[in-house]
Amino acid sequence: MLSLIGIAVVVLGFMARLNPLLVVTAAALVTGLAGGMGPVEVVATFGKAFKENRYVSVVWVVLPVIGLLERAGLQERAKTLIGGIHAATTGRLLLLYFVFRQITAALGLTSLGGHAQMVRPLIAPMAEAAAESHHGPLPEEARQTVRAHAAAADNIALFFGEDIFIAIASILLIKGFLAQNGILVEPLQLSVWAIPTAICALLIHGTQMMLFDRHLARRIAEGRR
Amino acid sequence: MIGLEVLYVVAGVFFVAIAGLSARDKTNPKRWKNTTFWGLFAVSFLFGSHLPDVVNGLVVLAMVLTAGVFGLGRGAPATTGPEERRASAARLGSRLFLPALAIPFTALTGTFLFKRPQLAGIVDPKQATLVSLILGVFVALAMAMPMLGARPNVPMQEGRRLLDTVGWAAILPQMLAALGAVFAAAGVGTAIGKLASAWLPAGSEFAAVAAYTFGMAIFTMIMGNAFAAFPVMTAGIGLPLIVQRFGGNPAIMGAVGMLSGFCGTLMTPMAANFNIVPAALLELSDRNAVIKAQIPTALLLLLANTVLMYVLVFRS
Repeated sequence: MLSLIGIAVVVLGFMARLNPLLVVTAAALVTGLAGGMGPVEVVATFGKAFKENRYVSVVWVVLPVIGLLERAGLQERAKTLIGGIHAATTGRLLLLYFVFRQITAALGLTSLGGHAQMVRPLIAPMAEAAAESHHGPLPEEARQTVRAHAAAADNIALFFGEDIFIAIASILLIKGFLAQNGILVEPLQLSVWAIPTAICALLIHGTQMMLFDRHLARRIAEGRR
Repeated sequence: MIGLEVLYVVAGVFFVAIAGLSARDKTNPKRWKNTTFWGLFAVSFLFGSHLPDVVNGLVVLAMVLTAGVFGLGRGAPATTGPEERRASAARLGSRLFLPALAIPFTALTGTFLFKRPQLAGIVDPKQATLVSLILGVFVALAMAMPMLGARPNVPMQEGRRLLDTVGWAAILPQMLAALGAVFAAAGVGTAIGKLASAWLPAGSEFAAVAAYTFGMAIFTMIMGNAFAAFPVMTAGIGLPLIVQRFGGNPAIMGAVGMLSGFCGTLMTPMAANFNIVPAALLELSDRNAVIKAQIPTALLLLLANTVLMYVLVFRS
C-alpha cells in the first residue's frame, strides 16, 4: 500500500503546478523506494524504462520539415485556402476533420494525423482562418480556444475510431488479458463493440463542434463590449 | 534490418545537431542549458542501448535537473516574418502542401509495403509504421528543399525553433512511460486493485458497471494510460463482478471498458503526448487548455459508455 504514495506525489505536484519533469521523477523515486527497492535499483529501473521507451520521442524528427514549410508560408497558405470558402466555419471544419480522422483511424490508418504533422501546420491555422473570415481578427483568448479545439478534435476522433480496427494495440491487449484468464475472444468480437461508442463520440463531439461557432461568436462579442 | 536502433541513431544525430546549434546561439541567454539538455538526450539515443541501466538513469536525472531546476531558454534562429511568409505562400500556392502530405502518405504506403513478403526483412515488421513515418520526413525534405532553395542548415534551424517552443515537454511522454514501468515494478497496480475491490458495493449490476467504467476513467487519469488501468480494473472489478457474478459478456465488457479508460485519457495532464505536448506545440498559454476543451465530451461519453455497457453486457 505504501507504493501508492507516488500517486499522491503526482496529484499534488500537478495541482501545485510544479515542473512536471520534477514531479514525475520524484514520483518514480518515491514509489520505487516505498516499494522496497534500493536507491541505485530505483535509478536503474527508471533509466531502463526511459531507454526502452525512446520510440515515443522519435516523432520529433518531423519538426525540421514542418519548420521549413512554415518558414515558406504553409500556415498562411492553409489560411488563404479556408478563408476563401465562406461555408467553412470553425465548427464545420473541425467536424469534417473529426469525421476524416475517425474513419481513417477505424481503418487502421492512425498515422494520417497527429499534432506535429497535421494539427500545427494545417488544421489549427485553417480553423483560425475560418473563425477570422466570420468574426474578423480574433482576440488572443479566442484564438487559443480555437487551437485547443483543433487539438481536441484530433485526440477524440483518434481514440474513438482506432478501436474499430482489429489489429490496434488496445484490442490486442484486451484479447491477451482475457486469454490469460481463460476467456477466448476474437479481435473482431471486440472491435464491433467499439462501434456504438464511436457513434456516440461522433454525435456528442459533433454537437459540440456545431455549437462551437455560436459559442465563439458570443465570446468574441462579449470581449468587444 | 531497419528497426528501432536505426531510428534511434537518426534521432540521436538530430538532437546532436540541435545541441550544436543551441551552443552557437548567442541570442539565447540559457544556451548552455539547452545544449546540455539536448546533448544528454542525444547521448540517450545514440548510446542508451549500450550503457548500463544506472548510467541511463543518471542521464535522465541530469536532464531533469537541467530543465526542471535551471530551466531551458528559447533561441531565436533567423526565420521569416509574417510578410515574407504571406508573399512566399502566394508565390508557391498549394504546392506547399505536397511535402507536408508526403509524410503521412509515405507512412501509410510504407506500412503496407513493408509487410508484404517480397519486402519482408528490409524493415522490422513491428516498427513498419514508425520507420515509414521517418522515411516520410526524408521524402518530404527531398521535395521541399529544392522547391524552396533551402540550404541544409535551414531545416535544422527551423526544427530547433519549433523544438524550443515545445521545450522540456518534448520528453514528458517518455518520462511518463518510464514512470508507468516503475509503478508496475513497485506493485502500484495490485495495491489499487485491492482498494477497488474492498470499497465496491457488491449488490447491484448497475453499481458494478458504473464502478468499472468510472474506475477505468479515474485510474487512467492517475496513470495517464488506459493500458495500465485496464488489467488492474478488469481483474479487480470487471471479471469478478460483471462477468463471473452477474454473467456479463466479457467481449463487450473489455471493449467498452477500454473506451471508458480513453475518456479518462482526455481529462489528465498525465497523458502528456495527447494533452500537454499539443498545448506547447500550439503555443497555448494555458498548459491545460486542450484538457479543458475535451472535458465536456469526455464526461458525456463516459456516461454514454456506462449506459451502453449496462444495456448491452448482460443481454447478449
